[in-house]
Amino acid sequence: MSDDAEKSTPGTLMPLWEVFIRPRTGLAHSHVGSVHASDEVMAVQAARDVYTRRGEGVSIWVVPSASITASDPDQRDENFEPTASKIYRHPSFYDIPDDVGHM
Amino acid sequence: MTGRDDLLALLLRIGDDHLILGHRLSEWCGHAPMLEEDLALPNMALDLIGTARMCYGYAAEIEGDGRSEDDYAFLRDGTDFRHMLMVERPNGDFAHTILRQFLFAAYMQPIWDGLTAASDARLADHAGKAVKEMAYHVRHSGEWVIRLGDGTTESARRMKAALDDLAPYIGEMLESDETAGRLVAAGLLPDPAAVRSAFDSVVARTFTMAHLPPLDVTAGISGGRTGRHGEVLGHLLAEMQFMQRAYPGLTW
Repeated sequence: MSDDAEKSTPGTLMPLWEVFIRPRTGLAHSHVGSVHASDEVMAVQAARDVYTRRGEGVSIWVVPSASITASDPDQRDENFEPTASKIYRHPSFYDIPDDVGHM
Repeated sequence: MTGRDDLLALLLRIGDDHLILGHRLSEWCGHAPMLEEDLALPNMALDLIGTARMCYGYAAEIEGDGRSEDDYAFLRDGTDFRHMLMVERPNGDFAHTILRQFLFAAYMQPIWDGLTAASDARLADHAGKAVKEMAYHVRHSGEWVIRLGDGTTESARRMKAALDDLAPYIGEMLESDETAGRLVAAGLLPDPAAVRSAFDSVVARTFTMAHLPPLDVTAGISGGRTGRHGEVLGHLLAEMQFMQRAYPGLTW
């Protein structure tokens, strides 16, 4: 049984989880949002109840939000602006035959 | 009693159990302790009300007197309802609601499982869907029972209090009568011993992990199957039936 002092810190009892849903077999899991839950088992159930009510998915991943390492917003310019001048990296200069279909 | 009467009695028992419990769960909408449960509880309510609709729609076809599923839900008086008393009990706190949900789902899952092989094709078809819904209700409510029972001093106290409150109503849920006996013989209900055995094993496993005492089923309060309900049902129906009583035939 946990120490009741934890009651005053709800973040300890109900940490945040990031939710990823795979809409169909063959597609990748995509981030859809987050849920609060006491542990990974409850997080999967909460994700099921919050994010798959309209048949959105066939598989759920949950990851502790605290486990995600993010890029620094202050480094946004140095990270992402240099690519803006390199349009040759886009494969948009090729003629795609019609029967290739959607790429 | 004819087979037709027995089938109608069964549809009302199952339909009323699911409608009244579904309505109780729907009362949490907008009031649950966390957003995740504010969606989970109405999700379960909608599963239950879906089953009630099947039962009432089927009963209306059998009776063939021009009534619809809505008439069964909104225009019957309290003494005409045939649900077990446990489902009409007020919600209490979250622990009380989630324990009641667990007990009901643990009881209905083996019944729906048995009904997938029912002699009635309509019931058997619906059972295939309901058994999956109940499996989720058992899992979701059972995991909560474990976490509240094995959580803080406060959550454990509330879970134990919920069990004390609900214990007198468990006997009625598990009891059988002559109608149920004929339904079993007709292949319209599974063997009660098998249902009880499945219920006992799921409850024992969950209660052990939740540090709850073993379930002691003694004869308690009964009468719901013959229409003898508590005062609380009147209050529930007053809210649930208000629109159709005040504005007959209203649609939206």
